[in-house]
Amino acid sequence: MLIKNNPDIKSSEITTEEDYLNRRKFIKFSLATVGGMALKSTALFAGENGSDLAELKNIKKSKFSTTEEKNSWENVTTYNNFYEFGTGKEEPAENAHTLKPKPWKVQISGHCNKPGNYDADELIKNNQLEERIYRLRCVEAWSMVIPWIGIPLKTIIDKAAPTSKAKFIEFTTLDDPKQMPGLSSYVLQWPYIEGLRMDEAMNPLTILAVGLYGRVLPNQNGAPIRLVVPWKYGFKSIKSIVKIRFVEKRPINTWNIAAPR
Amino acid sequence: MHKKLKPLVFILVLIPAFYLTYAAFTDNLGANPIEELLHATGFWTLVFLFLTLSITPLRKLTGWNKVIQFRRMIGLFSFFYAFLHFGVYLGLDSFFEWAEIAEDLTKRPYITIGFSAFVLLIPLTVTSTKGWIRRLGKRWQKLHKLIYPIAVLGVIHFWWLVKKDITEPLIFGIILIILFAIRYFKLKK
Repeated sequence: MLIKNNPDIKSSEITTEEDYLNRRKFIKFSLATVGGMALKSTALFAGENGSDLAELKNIKKSKFSTTEEKNSWENVTTYNNFYEFGTGKEEPAENAHTLKPKPWKVQISGHCNKPGNYDADELIKNNQLEERIYRLRCVEAWSMVIPWIGIPLKTIIDKAAPTSKAKFIEFTTLDDPKQMPGLSSYVLQWPYIEGLRMDEAMNPLTILAVGLYGRVLPNQNGAPIRLVVPWKYGFKSIKSIVKIRFVEKRPINTWNIAAPR
Repeated sequence: MHKKLKPLVFILVLIPAFYLTYAAFTDNLGANPIEELLHATGFWTLVFLFLTLSITPLRKLTGWNKVIQFRRMIGLFSFFYAFLHFGVYLGLDSFFEWAEIAEDLTKRPYITIGFSAFVLLIPLTVTSTKGWIRRLGKRWQKLHKLIYPIAVLGVIHFWWLVKKDITEPLIFGIILIILFAIRYFKLKK
């Protein structure tokens, strides 16, 4: 016997997914605004979802991306380790507005045939941008899944044409106290320096990121150009790069000086 | 006057707990909510420990004798926040993985120290009632001097856990030294 059950809710009465999500967003936003005004007077809501940042076009998906659930834009852009803007996790989002990511020069030097002072845009132009969804793991025991936009570091290395003496690459972050209030603290030795072995740098997983979530990098995430090395802890993925130098000896990186254990 | 103030103070000192609960349920604790809860409850534990320690100097220096009426309540709230801190660590941070917790306690000095401070707070909390004060008599005063080492352990716990930027534990350390100095130089007869 077939028992036909009339569905007790007409499908027309069911809230659409879009409305459902919008409502949640609205409630969340209202509560957060009310609570935020009373309790935390940070201006994190300005430019929420990065609407003030330029969109990147022509992005190719990558087979190297993870299918794990991504962290929200808010997570990725308000919880950062970027000591040049303060050591608190929320400080880079609050302070990094002083950084001027445009125009930006990247100096390529050392053991290579085509050294030079390149404009960051020029460096990336004419390369296929890729979306790489990676899990960024921090040595502090947290991690995030982030949809980066960038190009393999290898393409830049090939352009620079390193010589056989180039065994390592040393990367340097901007060191400008006018743009980076955190530099007045002696918490680390400035400028921030990181290094990779040549084979690590040439690995197809290693990218120079210029954006995330389809937009150019927010300042607090290392604008305008940063490294992402997905199999290493986050501190290796150096931000706001101004120098790329091909060297023979292993570079001494900042955290190695600060905590050599 | 002070009778009426007490409920007000009671509500004031609960504000951090209310805020954290509210923020936890509305997803306002940032990207790493467990860490935020852990840090916030730890921070407030230290604040209330320090406030407890400030009552006597405040009373002696200003002559506002009745402020002593708030000491027990604020002291008990130090334990309240320490208990929340410990609870967040056990339940949310470690998911009651006892083997890992045991390893934390033995291999991470800052956790050993923090845990010791928490354990030392327990007898002070238990003996905070009128009955116990009467029963212990003079020994009660002696027992409750434990708050000094507890505060020191609390600051060391904070100091050892920060990775590189010691600004905040340093501020707590300086305030503690000031509180001790007032006692030593001003309150001694």
